[in-house]
Amino acid sequence: MSNNRVVQWFKYASPQSFYPLAGRMIPWFWALAAVFGAAGLWISFFVAPTDFQQGEGYRIIFIHVPAAWMSMFIYLVMAAWAGLGLALNTRLSGMMAQALAPTGALMAFLSLWTGAFWGKPMWGAWWVWDARLTSALILFFLYIGFIALQAAIDDPRRADKAGAILALVGVVNVPIIYFSVKWWNTLHQGASVSLMKAPTMAATMLWGMLLMALAFWMYSIAVALMRVRAIILEREAHTDWVKELDEVRS
Amino acid sequence: MKPRHKRIALIGGSLAALGIATAFVLNALDSNLAFFVTPTEIAEGKAPQGKTFRVGGMVKEGSLRRDNLTVHFLITDTAKEVPVAYTGILPDLFQEGKGAVAQGRIGADGVFVASEVLAKHDENYMPPEAQHAVDQAQQTAKTLKQ
Repeated sequence: MSNNRVVQWFKYASPQSFYPLAGRMIPWFWALAAVFGAAGLWISFFVAPTDFQQGEGYRIIFIHVPAAWMSMFIYLVMAAWAGLGLALNTRLSGMMAQALAPTGALMAFLSLWTGAFWGKPMWGAWWVWDARLTSALILFFLYIGFIALQAAIDDPRRADKAGAILALVGVVNVPIIYFSVKWWNTLHQGASVSLMKAPTMAATMLWGMLLMALAFWMYSIAVALMRVRAIILEREAHTDWVKELDEVRS
Repeated sequence: MKPRHKRIALIGGSLAALGIATAFVLNALDSNLAFFVTPTEIAEGKAPQGKTFRVGGMVKEGSLRRDNLTVHFLITDTAKEVPVAYTGILPDLFQEGKGAVAQGRIGADGVFVASEVLAKHDENYMPPEAQHAVDQAQQTAKTLKQ
């Protein structure tokens, strides 16, 4: 019985069976992203109270924090897929890593951009070279480097391998980003929400942020699945099963 | 050992080695990675001599004094404090009792002359009513102690 389940699970490691599965999942993730996003934005803009010190400007955290979380988490997932591909030589793994990179780069950029907009009025500077900001910028460069490296190598299998090594080496940066505010004196404040202690923010603010984070999750999964379907079609274009797909034939 | 297992061991081993190497590098760079030094570190002589650096801590309550365009205040980490002089516009969040980071150098008179002052926000987010309640609770606690 359990053996059966294992076989079923691994079935989806092949691009041919994952392609239709991803296609069926995409609308659900889009729907969830819309629901969480609408609820999150409603709370963020209309329900959550003004901050005692920062006024309305603090509302940027409803984008900034979820984007920053996603940029780190997507990197871990991307590196895990890349490592899996390197170790097991599975074709889909490299495609998943490649599909996640642009979304991760977008999230990293969003966190830097919104952070700069918050920093100017609150700190008095768009940018400072403290440990948190610098390591987050390095994360953005790692994504860009991964995308560029993969694009520079024509053979997809070799591109996957080279990208995987870059992605795995870059993993050391993620804990550095996360703990930078603890390990060193930084201008960036410490974490308001963490698994270790009670959150240091008002409950409605927290709810808005968590809903926005969920919306970002669903959005990221939806676009990554869409992108991986495109990559599958591109890389498997020579195979019979792709040529027989309705959307390809028409 | 299958080639797959060898690859997994190789990847795992390399990642562990990389992690340890990074830990050593970060450990060696420790003091250079700090964005600012604290008043206690200055008192211990850990601040760079004759060079610009940043000092960070809390703006001491009741220490803010304006003298034409120049502001004077004390930055404290509750143990030690450093007098700071700054000519220019302070950021909106700059307040007594809140965090701030000043960049500049220490003069012969021991006053830190800042060329830039940044406000450091903490991780607390709450509505004004909640802050009011916190203030009142602290006030009550103070009165009870006396």
